[in-house]
Parts: sequence; structure tokens; C-alpha cells
Amino acid sequence: MADTSFDLVVVGGGPGGYVAAIRGAQLGGKVAVVEREHLGGICLNWGCIPTKALLRTAEVYHLMKRAGEFGLSVKEIEYDIAKTVKRSRDVASRLSAGVKHLLKKNKVTVFDGHGRLDGTGKVAVSDGDNDTAALTAKNIILAPGARARDLPGLKADGELVWSYKEAMVPETMPLSLLVVGSGAVGMEFASFYATLGVDVTVVEILPTILPSEDAEISAFARKAFEGQGIKIHTSASVTSLQKAAKNVTAVIDTGDGKTTNLTVDRVILAVGITGNVENLGLEGSKVEVDRGHIVVDEWSRTGEPGVQAIGDVVGPPWLAHKASHEGAICVEKIAGLADVHPLNTANIPGCTYCMPQIASVGMTEQAAEEAGRKVRIGRFPYLGNGKAIALGETEGLVKTIFDAATGELLGAHMVGAEVTELIQGYGIAKTLETTEAELMHSIFPHPTLSEMMHESVLDAYGRVIHF
Amino acid sequence: MTIQVLMPALSPTMTEGNLAKWHKQEGDAVASGDIIAEIETDKATMEIEADEEGVLGRILVAEGSEGVAVNTAIAVMLEEGEDPSALDAVVIEAPAPASAPAPTAEPAAAPAVPAAAPAPRGTRAIASPLARRMASQAGLNVAAIAGSGPRGRVVKSDVEAALAGGAPTVAASLAPAAAGPAPVAETPGMPSYTEAPNSGMRKVIARRLIESKREAPHFYLTVDCHIDALLDARKELNSRSPADGPDAYKISVNDFVIRAAALALGKVPAANASWTDAAIRLYHRADISVAVAVPEGLITPVIRDAGAKGLAVISSEMKDLAGRARDGKLAPEEYQGGTFSISNLGMFGIKEFSAVINPPPGAILAVGMGEQRPVVRDGALAVATVMSCTLSIDHRVVDGAAGAQFMAAFKALIEDPLTMLL
Repeated sequence: MADTSFDLVVVGGGPGGYVAAIRGAQLGGKVAVVEREHLGGICLNWGCIPTKALLRTAEVYHLMKRAGEFGLSVKEIEYDIAKTVKRSRDVASRLSAGVKHLLKKNKVTVFDGHGRLDGTGKVAVSDGDNDTAALTAKNIILAPGARARDLPGLKADGELVWSYKEAMVPETMPLSLLVVGSGAVGMEFASFYATLGVDVTVVEILPTILPSEDAEISAFARKAFEGQGIKIHTSASVTSLQKAAKNVTAVIDTGDGKTTNLTVDRVILAVGITGNVENLGLEGSKVEVDRGHIVVDEWSRTGEPGVQAIGDVVGPPWLAHKASHEGAICVEKIAGLADVHPLNTANIPGCTYCMPQIASVGMTEQAAEEAGRKVRIGRFPYLGNGKAIALGETEGLVKTIFDAATGELLGAHMVGAEVTELIQGYGIAKTLETTEAELMHSIFPHPTLSEMMHESVLDAYGRVIHF
Repeated sequence: MTIQVLMPALSPTMTEGNLAKWHKQEGDAVASGDIIAEIETDKATMEIEADEEGVLGRILVAEGSEGVAVNTAIAVMLEEGEDPSALDAVVIEAPAPASAPAPTAEPAAAPAVPAAAPAPRGTRAIASPLARRMASQAGLNVAAIAGSGPRGRVVKSDVEAALAGGAPTVAASLAPAAAGPAPVAETPGMPSYTEAPNSGMRKVIARRLIESKREAPHFYLTVDCHIDALLDARKELNSRSPADGPDAYKISVNDFVIRAAALALGKVPAANASWTDAAIRLYHRADISVAVAVPEGLITPVIRDAGAKGLAVISSEMKDLAGRARDGKLAPEEYQGGTFSISNLGMFGIKEFSAVINPPPGAILAVGMGEQRPVVRDGALAVATVMSCTLSIDHRVVDGAAGAQFMAAFKALIEDPLTMLL
């Protein structure tokens, strides 16, 4: 009979849950994780990681097509979608095994099954039919994650209309594709398929693609995507999907009172996500759910004493790194550590791994304006950077937004090659509350793309050197 | 272990203080709670009590030292039974005097600076660059702000909290008395002059009033109040005071003004407010800051919840606060955090004037002298005792109509003092 009494039980083994569990174990707690499918969660198995593997294939393929520019010649460039998908799945499995090892190393007990609250301080584990374990816990963290949202009349069927999950493991490549929703998920798939030669159309209900990004960056990216042949409709919506045997005809309301019909081989729905709040035993508890998400305070506490919730299930931004950080803070608060601070949502970077990449942290120019801040804005284009030119990546922009009065770095927004690896420089700057002065005094190595981060700051203060 | 005695921060804006007096000498035994020294700040003189018992091992900052930065080690104590040789192991990084002494024509007798006082250097406050800059822009000493960041680091939100919390207040309209002028040699083409070093209080006055005039768009509303009825009521009330004893009182015109202002704020709560970047703060109670001239400048003791207090209570509290203000003995909480200010220059024969708003309050009432003036009553000239009062208001907080309503309510109370009993 396995031990069933714990200091902390975490329901869900995704990037929020497993990090919370390991942190709990580090702090001396006796910890269990209940996971119904894969350790590592959606992120690692069906999200961030496998899509990065796919996009890497697209990137190499794209570079091979450009081989001539670099003085190389490649004959017969072809891709094998089966092998591409296999590589992506192998990467995910390898990492999932890694999480299992990490939990074991930290002496976290893993229960396979679906966890749910079962009275105060109790979690029941079920295999779907019967309860397989009854756990008691001084503290419970709910980290069940989220799933793709459906819209009325738009429901994934796994055949012709895909959710992210089918989009990640295509057996054959469609010739044409409609992507509904232009957030990070939508644009990454649009970019992947378009790069591999699929005729891609994107429909976004809001006026800009990547709607949470700065409008200038979004417009820049749109131009780049359109240059690659992706067709984009903004302020538009898909009103219905008519399925035939091998294709789908979408009726697109283009926003100007007109509708247009588009027939495509496949549709990907990427219209946001909704929290996995079902079958968690929330009924009869004081845990409150609002529009598909669990309501928590700044310390991730729900209305039920001893029950915390973290990650996608508590609402946007739906990001793995936000969930992990929330998990660590939540556990540290439970453990009563001094010097624990609530998550500062202004300092959470966001990355989209399409081509070109997009990365940002903090306020957009529009948000700063709405907040009534007087700002100074710096911009630096990839065209002015030596490393970018040497790499053959001259399409991009680094934009920085400072508070005019205090020099506070309010936001940084980047589009272009490798910006997802660069953004954390500004993330650190924001966390340390640096002003423009410290950024100007920092020495950026030459030749790197990061020099543009320096130049953008200089530009905000009229001191740009290389442009 | 030796114990360092540090220059305390007696108020959020205190950056430096003067070491007025040592009550204990090197080698004296000190019990917990003993007064060991007196510190003179920009506002007041405060006594430092020992937190722990032991022996005062070494005095590091001599009596009479000026501009000693907050958190400078001023002495080292030995724990009970500790060998004095432990003192030699003590290495102290002392902050610099925050201000250089003013030039003097003649070198004064060299002050006795103990050899133990090391070459002073600034203590480094742990603060984020942004917090540092915001504090400096607001004229706050970042070292005096409690940090909530990792390892007590002062971060942006701490500075915002310090600003919102209302730093100590200094009111605005009284002229300073120059203190301790130092004669300076003649500069060619200029008459001879003396330079009085800026005291801590002077610097606070300068900083806060510049801030107020720069940040707060002032506008002014003046009313003439007929105070004959008030003077009669005052005479009548004062005649009923016991000749002496604890219950004796002598109510002043200013005591009426304080109560009338507080009651008028109750009627027009919009005027009982202050500005923050995020919101207008509407106070639920009228705490009246009253400017009091003191030799070094001025200070604003606060009558808390003045609307709930009778004239006799206001009068006796005011006497006590003003007396202790002049002696430099006010505690910070007694002069910080009012919601509305009053400055009265009537006793100097000033007819009317406009005061500078002294935040956090969003308004200040400048009260002139009550004097007999010709007035027109029912079409005929008559004589009345008239007191002109001018309200300076921060237009970000209060608009003209609300300001005018407040002044109308105030005037009605002052002119019909019986209504103040309601």
C-alpha cells in the first residue's frame, strides 16, 4: 500500500505543476503529482516544444532554399513530413522522460490518473472509471491546464478541421490551409505550413494579427508574412464551415459587409483556450470559476482554504513560463518563506516562433498611451546591424518604450531573427527596474544581434549611433 | 559582539541630522531604555534610547556634529562583560556628512572631532535604479524608504507608497527667521553679506514648496467674513472659563477658524482631498494642519478630526502643539499627514494673502487680520469687523465650484458662530 499522505499534492504535471512539485520538495515537503496523461503537460508534449521542433525543420528548409545566397548549392530540396513529425514526437518524448526523472530525483511521488478534490484536504485519483487512490494533503495545487476553445459552429473534428493537436502530427501535407485566429498558436502553424509550401490563409477577428503585440510590430510582421505569400484577413471572421469529402468551404465575413467563400484542404482552429475546470471536484467546494477559469488571488489562493490554482486554468497570459513561475511563488508562499513576491505580470515576456520571430515584454505603445504615460520611443532596424547582415537576416525591428519622466523601461517589442532569445535581456532589465541609463551603460558584445537592443535604447534618447 | 548605534531616521524624509548632545560618555554603563543622545532633525529634537544594555564603548560622532547622514554609525557599544579590545576590531564605513559646512571668514575654534571618526563615505542604499531616480525626482532620500524587494531592496512600488503616504509636511506661507548667520568676506562689487547655512528644515521647505508650485496648478478664492458675532461669542465663551485650573481655556479667533474649516469640509467633502497620480484621495475625516512659526522656519502640527472636537479642546490641543513645536519637541506623527491646511498671519497685521499649497492636502486657507472696515449694509455705510480669507486650491483636485461651495460654507459658519454648535 503506497503512502497516501502528503504535505502537498499537485493536480497536473505540466510546466506549472511539476515545477511547483519540485520546488515543494526542495523546501522539504513530501509531495505528490497527479497526472492523467503526460508529464510535462501540453507545453512539452503537444505545445511549445514539439512545435519548435517542427519550426526548426521549416527554418532549415527555408535556409536550404536560400543556399545560393550563401554560396552553396543544394540539389533537390525535399521534406518528408513523416520524418519531420517523428522528430518532433521524439523530442517531446525525450523531454517528458526528463521530467519523470527530475520528479524521481526530487522524491516526488507521481500518481497516474485524473485528480480531483474530494473534500477538505483530500484528492481522489481516478483512472476514468474507478478511483485508484485517495490522497490526503495539507495543501493542494490545482494545475490542470487548459484546452483549445471551440466557437459556435466551428468545432474541430480531427479530420478536416484540426485543433493544435492534429496540426502537429499531419500524415500528409494539405495543399491549402485556413488558420482561424492569429495569436501565437495560429501564426506559428501558419508560418510552418506556409514555409513548407502550403497555400495559407489567416482570418483574425481583431484589427491586427498577433493582437496582444504592439501595433507597429504586428504591422511589420504582417507585411513580412504577406511577402511570404500568406493571405491575411483582419477584422474578419469565419461564419461557417461546410465540409465536403476531402475539403472544407469556409464562409468568411471580411468585415466590410461582404462575405467570401474559401475552399481549403484543412482548417486549423486557434481561437484561444479554456481552462480544464471540469471533473476537478470543484462543485461543493468554495473554489470559484469565472468564464472557464479558476478565480485566485495574488498568491494563487482559491476561495477554498488550502487549495491553490496556477497556470493556464487561472487565465491569461497562457504561457508555460508564467505557470512555472506562479507555481514556485505559490509553493514558497505556502512554505512561509520571507521575501516572496507576487508575480509581476508586466515582466512576463511573450514569444512567437514564426518567421520572423516576435518577442515582447511589458507595455505596448498603445497600452502606455491608454495609461496616460508620456513616453520616449526608440527603434532600431535589423538593416543597421552588422551581424544581421552577415546572417542574411535583415528583416526586423527592435522597439523600446520608456516613461519620459522617470526613464522606466515600460516595454520592449521585437520582430526578426532570434528575437525570442534576445528578449530576456529586457526582461532582466525590467525585473531589476533599470532605467535607460543602465541600459546605455551596459556593454553589448560586437558583433551580435543584441547590439540592436542597445541602439534602440540610444535611439529613444536621440543618441543612436548606427542608423 | 559589539553593537553599532546608528543615526536613526526619525521621519521618512529625514536624510541627515545633527548630533546635539551625548547623554552618556565613553565607558558609561547603559541600560536598555536609557537616553544616550539627542538628535536634532530638520523638524524636531529627538532622544535616542538604547535598545540593548551594555557599555558605551566608543563615540564615533562628536557632540555638535552637523549633517550626519541617516544610518551612520555614531557610537559602538560593548555587550556586558565584553573586553574593550573588541572595539579595535570594529571597522565602520561611515557615511559622509550630507552637506558641506558653509564658508566662514574666520576659522572657528576647531571642533573636537574624535580620532575614531573615520573618513566619511556614503552608505549605499539598496535600491533599484528606477526607485533611486523616482525618489530623487520627488526629493525623497531613498535610504529612508523601507524596501520590500528581494533582501529589502527599495523598488518602484516602495517609492510610490512613500509618495502616496504623504511625506512630512511643511506649510508654506511664513517667512523664515535667519539663524546663526556666518559673516562672509566681501566680494568685489557686492555689499558684504552673511550666509546662514541651510538647515534641514529650510531644505525641506524649499524642496516641497518648489514641488508644490511646479506640480500643483494653484487657484485662489477670497471671501470677506464679518466676524463681529464671532468676536462676541468668543468674549462670551471666554468669560465663562474658570479662572485657572485644568479646565481653564482661552479660545482664539484661529480656534474658531480651525473648527469652522473642519465643519465646512464635512459639508463639502470634495475639498477635503489630495492628488495622487492614480486617483484623487477623498478623506473621510478633516485633519487640520496649522502652520506655526518656529525659529528655524515653520512646522504644521495637525489637529486630528477637528470637526469632532469642541472649541475648548481644539484650543488646548493647539496651545500644546504650538508650544512643543517652538521647543522642537514634536513627534513626527504630530506634524505629518493633515488633510487641509491653515496659515494665519492676522497677528502680524496682514490684511490678506495667498499661501502656497503644502501637499498632501490639496488646499490651504490663508487667514488675514480681523479689522474694522466700512461696509455697505442695506444701502448705507456701516462699520464691521472683517477678516479676509483666501483659499489656495490645487485645481487637479478641486474645481472652482466646489472650492466656492467650501468657502461659502466656511463663511456661513464663521459669520454665524452659533451654527458651529450644531
